[in-house]
Formats: sequence, structure tokens, C-alpha cells
Amino acid sequence: MRLLPTLLLLNALLLPPGTARAAGDTAAEPAPARPWEEVVAEARGQTVYWAAWAGDSRTNAFLRWVAGEVRERYGIRLEHWKLSDTGEAVARIAAEKAAGRDEDGSIDLLWVNGPNFLALKEADLLYGPFLGSLPHSRYLDRSPGSPAVTDFTVPTEGYESPWRLARLVLLYDRDRVPDPPANTDELLAWAREHPGRLTHPDPANFMGATFLKQALLEQVTDPAALAAPATPERFAEVTAPLWEWYDALRPHLWRQGRSFPADEFAQRQLLADGAVDFGLSFDPASAAAAVREGLLPESVRTLSFEGGMIGNFSFVAIPYNSGATAAARVVANFLLAPATQARAEDIRVLGSFSVLERDRLSAGERALFDALPSPPGLPTPEELGPVRPEPHPSWMTRLTRVWKERYTR
Amino acid sequence: MLAGGFLLPLLAGLGATLGAAAGYLPGRPLPETPSLQPLRSLLAEPGFLRAVGQTLGTGLASTVLALVLAASFCGLVHQRLPTRLAGRSLAPLLAAPHSALAIGLAFLLAPWGWIARWLSPWATGWEFPPDLPLVQDPLGIALVLGLLTKEVPFLLLVLLAALAQLPVQEDLQRARALGYSRAKAWVGVVLPRAYPLVRLPVLFVLAFSLSVVDMALVLGPTQPPTLAVAVTRWFLAPDPAFLGPAFAGAALQLAIVLAVMGGWLLGERAVAAMGRAWLARGSRGGAGDPWLAAAGLATTVVLLLGLLALVALGFWAFAERWPFPAAWPTEFSLARWTNLAGGWGEAFGNSLALGAATTAASLLLAMLWLEGEERGHLPRARWATVLVALPLLLPQVAFLYGLQVVLLRAGVGPGFLAVAWAQALFVLPYTLIVLSPPWKALDPRLLAVAASLGAGPNRRWLTVKLPLLLRPLLTAGAVGFAVSVALYLPTLFLGAGRVPTLTTEAVTLASGGDRRLVGLFALLQALLPLVAYLLALLLPRWIWRHRRALAGGSA
Repeated sequence: MRLLPTLLLLNALLLPPGTARAAGDTAAEPAPARPWEEVVAEARGQTVYWAAWAGDSRTNAFLRWVAGEVRERYGIRLEHWKLSDTGEAVARIAAEKAAGRDEDGSIDLLWVNGPNFLALKEADLLYGPFLGSLPHSRYLDRSPGSPAVTDFTVPTEGYESPWRLARLVLLYDRDRVPDPPANTDELLAWAREHPGRLTHPDPANFMGATFLKQALLEQVTDPAALAAPATPERFAEVTAPLWEWYDALRPHLWRQGRSFPADEFAQRQLLADGAVDFGLSFDPASAAAAVREGLLPESVRTLSFEGGMIGNFSFVAIPYNSGATAAARVVANFLLAPATQARAEDIRVLGSFSVLERDRLSAGERALFDALPSPPGLPTPEELGPVRPEPHPSWMTRLTRVWKERYTR
Repeated sequence: MLAGGFLLPLLAGLGATLGAAAGYLPGRPLPETPSLQPLRSLLAEPGFLRAVGQTLGTGLASTVLALVLAASFCGLVHQRLPTRLAGRSLAPLLAAPHSALAIGLAFLLAPWGWIARWLSPWATGWEFPPDLPLVQDPLGIALVLGLLTKEVPFLLLVLLAALAQLPVQEDLQRARALGYSRAKAWVGVVLPRAYPLVRLPVLFVLAFSLSVVDMALVLGPTQPPTLAVAVTRWFLAPDPAFLGPAFAGAALQLAIVLAVMGGWLLGERAVAAMGRAWLARGSRGGAGDPWLAAAGLATTVVLLLGLLALVALGFWAFAERWPFPAAWPTEFSLARWTNLAGGWGEAFGNSLALGAATTAASLLLAMLWLEGEERGHLPRARWATVLVALPLLLPQVAFLYGLQVVLLRAGVGPGFLAVAWAQALFVLPYTLIVLSPPWKALDPRLLAVAASLGAGPNRRWLTVKLPLLLRPLLTAGAVGFAVSVALYLPTLFLGAGRVPTLTTEAVTLASGGDRRLVGLFALLQALLPLVAYLLALLLPRWIWRHRRALAGGSA
């Protein structure tokens, strides 16, 4: 369900700040200074509003399970605030700051990454650093540059805690595409031979933008340029090969590239019908999951390009004005527990790969992961290949806009 | 009082929209002079001109076609088919929300749709859905067809009701006796007298077709969409920078609807003048009847498509697997029906509650209004008719978001009450329109007799008037309930997305990845109003089963 972000923004500006909850808890305190037991004690009885993208029913079900667990274990009430676009929550927090609502904000925990994280961090709208205070952060690789502490090339500096691994994969039907392309150049050649059988989500949707970014990473002559913020001149120069590739590709796309599925799920439906031959997902287990749910034929497999696919960690962050930072941290810590991560990795539940370092787990904890089922359609880590880091967030923002200017008549 | 309560929110919403379009955006520092910035940002949006062109094209084409088809069909079936039967067979289409029909039509017409499945692969050779823009086509043909499935039954109903008030039989016989064909007699003699009676409904159709959002989201063009859809998207965008083009677009949408309605009224005169000249020539020749038959056939196709669309919803709602090109689902399942908590329960509850609340409130207000008119012996002023119809004549995007801004300033946040109130703005006109004729037709002698027997005003009302008007009251309630269930933009805007209903969920899911779930929501959405209609038909029969005259036969 869509929220109306600008409306909520107006709401925050025009209504006086709420005083429903007791204000003024730990927001100003340096997080690691207190023993964890105190944080857990304080969290009891608090309510956490978790603003999270709600476009995937399995993720929503997982969040419901987490809510049940933290209520039982820690006495925390966790409410899923359903977003259709994380930008809505960013706008809301910014509006609360503008309206002077610095305490008891409406969001306590936020599923976020990339451009939205950068926007929040630059505007000083986040609580923390808090990652180091979470006991379960010991399972993470927190060395500089490690994906667990780097979000779209931006160091998270303890203001985000990872909770699931997202990496781009293509879905294809191996009965229809016996010899899938190995990179974006081969994809172009394939599209030429099979006109109308390839598409991508509308780049206004993050999955469509990610498809363009994957192509950008492969087509660009100097990938290092993408780690720095995009300036108008640099952008035109660096992305020239991408547009050349895309101009060659577009006439061979489904509907001659004049119409696009709204998101990955609309495209999955086209794949299921056989109207196109490829799907896209940020979840390597999505093909196997969709087969289980009867949404895709059993011959669908996942595909990674040989040079690797874009990947990123999904994080949770705590807004600066949360009135329940203790409970929000307890939830973030619960998400990092090996048992939680193993449940998330279970194909029957969520099927998203764990963010924990395997060699930091005890033998008993590793066994949780080893016991997970591995049905056909689920790729092994070896099949997935290397992860390509995301470009700096500014590239995505600009790519989406320029694409719209170039291709909407 | 009632009129003021009605006019104020509309004016406030329009005012907020026009103000914002002139640069006075809510939540921003006010500029010292009106600014062209919102308008400029609107003009700079990619595809802006095409969006306006599509709006005009689809809106005008569907209205003209709907009118031509409905009028021709009336000419064919009038007095060959009992009005009551026609009314009842149209009921599923009249009751079904626009979005449910749109989703059903997509299930029927799309490259992966039912029709392609029936013909594949034996006739078409398609092993896979063809790469053809059969829905969401750039010209908006699917959108026009979708609007027709809804507007043709509506205009048929109002035309049949209008014809019942005219001496059609005599007119036709005289014209035929003078040597005119049935088609010419129909077009030249009957329609010119019927049209003024249906002018307002035709204008509803015109305004609605120009500014429809839910149906256009499902069936309309996408790159770019029609103006109303684009404006809705900008209002929904996470980036507040889009508020500028959104408000400017909303103001433009209003201007377009007003201009086209003005043009339509001028066009009426031109057509009338040409018609008089044509009649004055008195030519008897020419084959009009085949044209009438062709239009009748086209109408039948449109109506059948609409009904089949509803059937298609039913199949998807219970399907588990349905690969292309199988004509029928290969597996059925109740899994989504039984998953109430994670699925449709909340939306169903909200739709039901909103429908009940707005219908009850609107019926009450409508009765107060009519009673007030009657006790004050006031004739219905022309302005009152137009005023009540105003929410149906103005584009929704032009005032709903502005209304929300005004409400927020007054301290009313988005939520159930705001939605119910906004819905009532649309439900009340319909209940009033349905309830007025039977209310006025009530034989005053019955009340006079009751009074002479010593019954006071309240007792007269309770024991005589209410029972006599039970059937029209229930009918008006059913219509109001159907309107409430179908409303998309008021629910979305005034609820800020936090009051999900079957309609908002169905439209949101329609672009997504699980047709089975979409089918379920759209089917429920189509069934709820139909159940209300059935209740309105059957309840009086049961309650008055010992009073045949009150139970009534005609729907």
C-alpha cells in the first residue's frame, strides 16, 4: 500500500509535535558506554515503529515473525510501518526535523540503504553510532571497506546495522534459454537475436535503476570513477558508453522499449507467462521461492554475469528523534542473531543470505545454516560469483533522471 | 446548511489547489507574488503534451462512443425488451467498480489474456504471449474500451428511464407513418426529446472520462500516462519537489474539464442546428437501419466483454497455476482465500465499514434534504441540482489533495474519518439523485388520510412514509454503497494510504506480480456492491411478503 509521503510531511509540519510517549531517554547518550543488560531492561515496554518497504509478502511475513519474537523475549511492541518507497520515510524524518519535533519521532527503526541513507546521514538525521554497542556485531566483518560497514561506497560509521544480503540476479527459464548470456554485451547480442524477449522494470523503480547500474558498471571504461560523487560533467563523460549500449539495446526490448513493467514482480509475471525470457531480483532465492508458490515454472533458474553482479547489504538505521532507541537497538541486535539469520536464509521463510561471517560462528551456530534445505533453483554461493560494489548513490539518482529525459517522449 | 456544508469543502479544496498552482505551495515559505514556477515545472515534465493529448483523446472518444452506442441500442431494443429486464441484466456491470472491471478487462484482452489463450496456439500460433500492446496501448484504445463497459450500461439505464417519460410509441408511429425508417425516426424524433433529460448524466460521463485515474492506471497508456494519472503519481512521489507540477497539473485538469464541457454544450447547439436542417430536408431515403444494427452489435460486444471480464476475475481468484496458453487454470486453490490475516481481511473490513458509514450518513442527509424541501414546499432550485452534482462534474485530482491540505491545517489528520467524509461527498449526490423521483411521486393523499386519522408528523413519517419508501431507500442505499466501495482517489488521498480498501489494494496490486491475488481483490470488490443490489431487491420482497403492492416488482 502506498503512503503519501508529502502528505505526511505536511502532517508533520502543520500539526503540533505529539507528546504521547514519555520523551527524553537515551538519545544523547554515547551508546557503547552502557552495559547491554541495561539497554535490554530499558527496552522492555517500548514500542518500535519499523518503517520498511512492504512490497514483498515474504519479507512482510518475516517482519511479523520478528515482532512476535521480540515481544516474547524482550517485551517490545514492534509495528511494521509499511512503505512503498523508503524515500517516504526520509521525507517524513526531514519534515519532523523542520517542524522541530526532535523527540519522540514517528519512526524508530528504518530499513534503508544507498541514496536514502546518504540523505539521512548528510542531514544529520540519524541516531548513533550504535553498531558497536550491539553484542551480535561481533559476528560481522567490520574492517574498513567491508560490505557490512559500507553502503553504496559510503562508510556507515556505525549508523547502520546490516540485516540481510541483497544481490542482483537474473531469472531465466532454462528450457527457453539453454545458453544464457554471460555479460551485458552478450545480453545485447542475445536481445538482437530474440527481439521483444527482454525487458527491465521502469527505472523509476529501484530494480529498473539497478539494471541500468549493472550495465553501467560493465560498460564504463573507468569503474573507479563511480566511487566518487557524480558531477554533471563527469556524469556525461562516464555514462556515454552506457547510453550507446542502451540505444543499441532499446529497439530490441519488449514493446520496442516503449513500455516497461512497473517493478520486478510485474516482470516476474511476464516471465511466468513466457512473454519475456528474463526476470530480475535482488534476492538470489527468489526464483526458488516463486517456484514453490506456484508463481514461476519449475524450469526457472537464477543467473549471475561472469564479472559479478551488483550487491549490497540491507541495513537498519535509527532516526535521530526516535523515542525508543533502546528497543530499536535490541531489535537490530536480534536481527543479527545467528538463529535469526539462519531463519532468514531458509528458503521456506525468506531465502536471503546471511550477513554474518561464517568463520566467526561457533560450530553449533554454523550447524543452523548447514541444516537448511537446498531445493533446485537455489544457487550456491559459488554459482553467484563475486559481488560488484554499488556506485556512489549520486549516480543512481542521476541515471534515473537522465533515462527519463532521454526516453520519455 | 446542507448546501453550505457541501460547497465549502469543495471550494476549499479547489482554492488550495489553485493557490498552490500559483506558487503558494503548502509547507513552504510563501512567495511574495504569484509564481509561475509550478506551471513551468509542469511544462518541463517529459511527455507533458502527449499526456494532455491522451487525456483529451480518450475522454472525448469514450463519451461520444458511449452516447452513440447507448442511444442506438435503445433504439433497437426499446419496447422489444422490458425495461426491467434490461436494468437487471445490466446490474453486474452497473454495480462493479471501475477498477474491478478494468482489471477484468486486462485479464481478458492482454496478450496473456483469456481471449489470446482461447485462440492459442491453434489459431494464432502463439506459444508465448505476443509482444503486442493490447492493453496500456499508446493510443489508449484499451482505456476507451474499459470506459465504455462502464459508461454504456450507465447511459442505457438513464436513457431508458428518460424514454419512459416520453410518448415514444406515438412519436415513432407518426414518423413511420410519414415514411421514415425506424433509425431515422429514432434519431430525428425521439432522441432530440430524450437528450435534454440525460444531459447531466452525459456531462458526468464526460467529466469522469477526462479525469479517470484508477481505470487509466490499469488500462491506460504508461509512457507517458494520461494527465490525471501523471498528477496522481506526482502527488504520491516521495520527493516533495513534485508538488509543484502536481498542483499545476491538477489546476490544468480542472481547466481541461471545464473547457471541454463548455465545448460540449456548444457542440450540442451545432448538432441541433445541423439536425434541424437535415430534418427540414425531409429525405426519406438512405439506409439508416444497418447502421443502427451495427451500433447495436458493437454495444452487445462491449456489454459481453464487460461481463466476461467479471468472469475472468473469478477464474484468476481461484486459480493456483495458469500457464500460457492454457485456456483454463491447470490447478485451483483456496490458499489465498483462507489467508485472511496476511491478505484481504483488513481491506474487506475497511470497504465494508466505509460503505456502511457513508451510505447511512448520506441516506440520512438525503432524507433530511427532501423532507426539508417538502415541508417548506420548495421546488428544487436549478442551482441546488448543479451543486449536488458538483463533485461528480469536477475532476477529483483538482480538489481532493487540496482538501487534504486544508484538513491538515484544521488539525484533522488522514484516517478513517477523513476518508468517510470525503467519500460522502460522492455518495450523497447519487443517493439524492436516486431517491428524489420516488420521494416526489409519493401520493400525498396517503399522508393526508393518515393525518385525518390523527397521526402526527412523526407518526406519519414512521408508519406511512418510511414503509412506502422502503424500496427506493434501499435502492438508493445500494447505489451509495456501490459508489463508496468503488472510490479510489478519495480513499487514497484522504487516508494517506493508511486506510487500505479492496479498491486501493486491487489497483496497487494490479501492476504487481500475482494475478491470483489481484483477481481475489477485484472479485470481492465487484461482488460487494452486487450483494448490496441484491439485498435492495430482495429485502422488500421478504419484509412485505404479505403486502404485494409494497413488495413491488420493478427494480
